[in-house]
Amino acid sequence: MAERVRVRTRMPPGHVRAPAYLRGKTGEIERPLGAFGNPEEQAYGRFGDMRALYRVRFTMAEIWGDSAERPEDTLDAEIYEHWLERVE
Amino acid sequence: MTDGRRWHDMGGQDAGPVDLDQHDFALWEKRVDALQVITSTKGLFTVDGLRRVLEDMGEASFETMTYYERWVASVNQNLVEAGVYTLEELGARMEEVKSRGATYGEAAGG
Amino acid sequence: MPHDHHHEHLSPSGHPYRPDDDVPLTYWQTMEIAMRELLIEKGVTTAAEIAQQIGAMDARSPADGAAVVARAWVDPDFKARLMADGSAACREMGFEPGALRLLVVENTADTHNVVVCTLCSCYPRNLLGLPPDWYKSRAYRARTVKEPRKVLAEFGVELPDDITVRVHDSTADMRYLVLPARPAGSDGLDEAALAALVTRDSMIGTGLPRPPE
Repeated sequence: MAERVRVRTRMPPGHVRAPAYLRGKTGEIERPLGAFGNPEEQAYGRFGDMRALYRVRFTMAEIWGDSAERPEDTLDAEIYEHWLERVE
Repeated sequence: MTDGRRWHDMGGQDAGPVDLDQHDFALWEKRVDALQVITSTKGLFTVDGLRRVLEDMGEASFETMTYYERWVASVNQNLVEAGVYTLEELGARMEEVKSRGATYGEAAGG
Repeated sequence: MPHDHHHEHLSPSGHPYRPDDDVPLTYWQTMEIAMRELLIEKGVTTAAEIAQQIGAMDARSPADGAAVVARAWVDPDFKARLMADGSAACREMGFEPGALRLLVVENTADTHNVVVCTLCSCYPRNLLGLPPDWYKSRAYRARTVKEPRKVLAEFGVELPDDITVRVHDSTADMRYLVLPARPAGSDGLDEAALAALVTRDSMIGTGLPRPPE
């Protein structure tokens, strides 16, 4: 059973790498990718701490609802851990 | 944007057909690309620093400037922020470059 | 002047030249020259290093990726290594994919993969060379995640409904290479002949390999 996660709905200004169209959407972790520098710190000239990065797979039905082109098609994106919350 | 989505965050927005025309890169564009790779590889800024300035330049820049025009603006901004050179040095040098001739070839040859 | 006639505005590859040496100097070109000179004077880089970097980038092309794909088609062990660690497998072949990790996604009889970067224009440039203009366009970035089948149709790729499309939004530290399915009728071809079937777009997912002659 793959782990289910939801992308946080936060909307801070500034440089973040979680796309707006995925915020609030639920998907499954496709694979963990390891830890990488936090882009939200690196963008402003600070090294920041390392953050775990995951590939998360969403169905087009989850993202686009009734306007999905084909509901079973999927979208994978790389999302940092601080943008994800576990879905029970 | 009232919902907080920023202009560069384009996924899912309405847009027209994909234009498949392509162009080759000019020497000055290749130089901008090379300077970006070299200066970021040497740790003067990160690719996220490059993106941050491109994003902060706003949507108008995306519509009115070419790709490498935007890149040279962002690389420059990051180098100034990193203290590699000052605006005074840049401004004076740009004046001198302009005085060398009316074309890129003449100005770059100095 | 080399650019007097209309047809001479096309490069050998058939694309229009960008304004360059013989057109009026722009503000941004002036900035590039000034920046480059200051970086050299301050010892950050050298003219030789810049020329070397331009040469290295010019040398990269979709042919590099095509060689990787063809190897994966003929060598199942290599393919397994490529799927497990794309960067390491490319280094085996002498290609340096760079600091960002290459992740390979495989097209099969029931799955078609396509790559986009909605936030900017992330692309496996160290393996395939610089991205095509359309990859950086608003239309491609905006639409591919919502209506990939319509976008693919504009590239001439019509996918039947029983094929699942997997879109990959290159949002962070991975770079993506699509491993296209080996074309039918290519059984007798050697690795070099197979590589010649692999197009740039087939490795982005907006195209398919050429059919064998």
